[in-house]
Amino acid sequence: MSVTVEITRRSDAGGPRQWTCPACGARSEPEAVRANLMVCPACGFHLRIGARQRIAQLADPGSFAEQWTDLRTLDPLDFVDLETYPERLREAQARTGLQEAIVAGTATIAGEPCVLAVLDFAFMGGSMGSVVGEKLWRAAEMAAETKTPLVTVCSSGGARMQEGIYSLMQMAKTTCAVDMVNEARVPFVAVLADPCTGGVLASFATLADICVAEPGALLTFSGPRVIEQTTREKLPPGFGSAERNLELGHLDAVVPRAELRERLAAYLRLLRGGDTGDGSPRGRRRGERARELAAAATRRVTTLAAAARRAFVGGDREAASEAEEPPA
Amino acid sequence: MHLSEEIERLQARLKSLQHEKRRKDTWVTYQIAKHKDRPRTRDYIAQFIDGFEELKGDRLRADDPAMVGGLGWFEGRAVMIVGHQKGRTLNEQTVHNFGMAKPEGYRKAQRLFALAERHRLPVLTFVDTPGAYPGVAAEEGGQGRAIAETMLAMARLTVPVVVTIIGEGGSGGALALAVGDRILMQENATYSVISPEGCAAILWRDASFAPQAAEALRPTASQLLAFGVIDRVIEEPRGGAHTHPEHAARQVRVAIAEALAELAQIAPNDRRRQRRERFRRLGVWRETGIPGALTPLPPAGP
Repeated sequence: MSVTVEITRRSDAGGPRQWTCPACGARSEPEAVRANLMVCPACGFHLRIGARQRIAQLADPGSFAEQWTDLRTLDPLDFVDLETYPERLREAQARTGLQEAIVAGTATIAGEPCVLAVLDFAFMGGSMGSVVGEKLWRAAEMAAETKTPLVTVCSSGGARMQEGIYSLMQMAKTTCAVDMVNEARVPFVAVLADPCTGGVLASFATLADICVAEPGALLTFSGPRVIEQTTREKLPPGFGSAERNLELGHLDAVVPRAELRERLAAYLRLLRGGDTGDGSPRGRRRGERARELAAAATRRVTTLAAAARRAFVGGDREAASEAEEPPA
Repeated sequence: MHLSEEIERLQARLKSLQHEKRRKDTWVTYQIAKHKDRPRTRDYIAQFIDGFEELKGDRLRADDPAMVGGLGWFEGRAVMIVGHQKGRTLNEQTVHNFGMAKPEGYRKAQRLFALAERHRLPVLTFVDTPGAYPGVAAEEGGQGRAIAETMLAMARLTVPVVVTIIGEGGSGGALALAVGDRILMQENATYSVISPEGCAAILWRDASFAPQAAEALRPTASQLLAFGVIDRVIEEPRGGAHTHPEHAARQVRVAIAEALAELAQIAPNDRRRQRRERFRRLGVWRETGIPGALTPLPPAGP
């Protein structure tokens, strides 16, 4: 859903700050929404969050070390539309407090070391220009060289038009970066947050080993408006949503924000738990750990199956909905 | 005093006229690039590929007529050809979906790239598309990932890959066939991140500013050569390739042959490494050595 929401003061004077959910209309205390990781406590609508807030939610406290902060954006095309590109950049920098639409560095997620790169939709629609492409390249290179898993969180409208052909080339560049990570056999997990479209969806983001999305995220290559205008097709309900993408087989899972940190850590543990094949004790230990985790996963599936069985045998609708969300 | 004012005025006028001329030139190039009589991929195949055997289908669910591929002989050596295909008559255009490929088209391309790699055949691609098809079924078939995977498949090839942009190089749909060792581009072809109309609709909030957007995007062959995005501009007959298709094809053939000869000198794994290095360098940024302001992280959630 493409709604931008700001917490505003209620018109009646002296009243407490209230936040109205754009999805369900329920009113909540802003504190409650923040404590719920910027998810509506009433309906579970996931608000868009910035890169720094995302990192604060995912990385272990104090673990994030930002890298490559000295890269600066240039204006290779002298691009002018209604405003100049440098003007648009300065505006975005002032509004977000970020240098660019990406924040990247090293971190641990629930104890698992990784290179973490996060796109920020508030900065020119999270668009990918040369600096975003270069930081992703360096993140991938660091991941490959230090054998540290790569985690990306993407919220982006796609390529940055103001950098013209250079922005298109970032799709090829980041794809080559994925090739480098794959070649090094380093795990790569991508989270797609609302919205993830265009050139970011059609390059590194969907090439990850494991690709998950947040509930309700819009994930399409072409924007819904472009599709309607070009083809005059009526869009089916739920078109392009994370849930629909999961149904169609384009995602590994839809993960609510509250579970994201733990799930990412679980993926990273599983992906490095494989036998290294060199018979080293480290490799064997990894194998053992993987087996432990596999056993845990099996237990979870058994619980889920039991719940599903109860649901089908009993025809109990409530139990059926429980079965979709197994207890962690 | 009067004279210097006059000079200033004339200089400003000259600058605005040059600007105007560039805008007009870019817009004209766009019109030539999508001219209905412009030679298409199949025309070039007919002109300089012998014994072409078309190979169809993605082996999953469909064949995409907007993407043509197959084996043939180029100057005596067997090659794999993959390209976007547009039509000429309205009926043909409909069949070929105006050169807008769907996921099945990109997956066919991937299959043919794998086939070329297995049998050590050089790959020639031809780019001519307004973009990937923006339809509901295409989206639900995984258009975004299909494009990404096609680029990855090209990035991994160790056989020589020569890309020729022969008409419209529209966005990701074009780039999916353009991750090559040598990128050639015809004089009146265009290659851009977004169509001028799309760009104008978003940034000017009015599609009628397309000529302005076209100029701002700098999508012409000479501009892209200066940016290092392409390697060579292929000359066209005066007025565009459609005025003398045989002559245009001859120029394309020579350029491809020379590119293949260069690439034959490079070891297979070096080709892949150099291709990756090429795309890694593409982009413009400044390294200041001065860390940017690191704004503190907001308080973590519970």
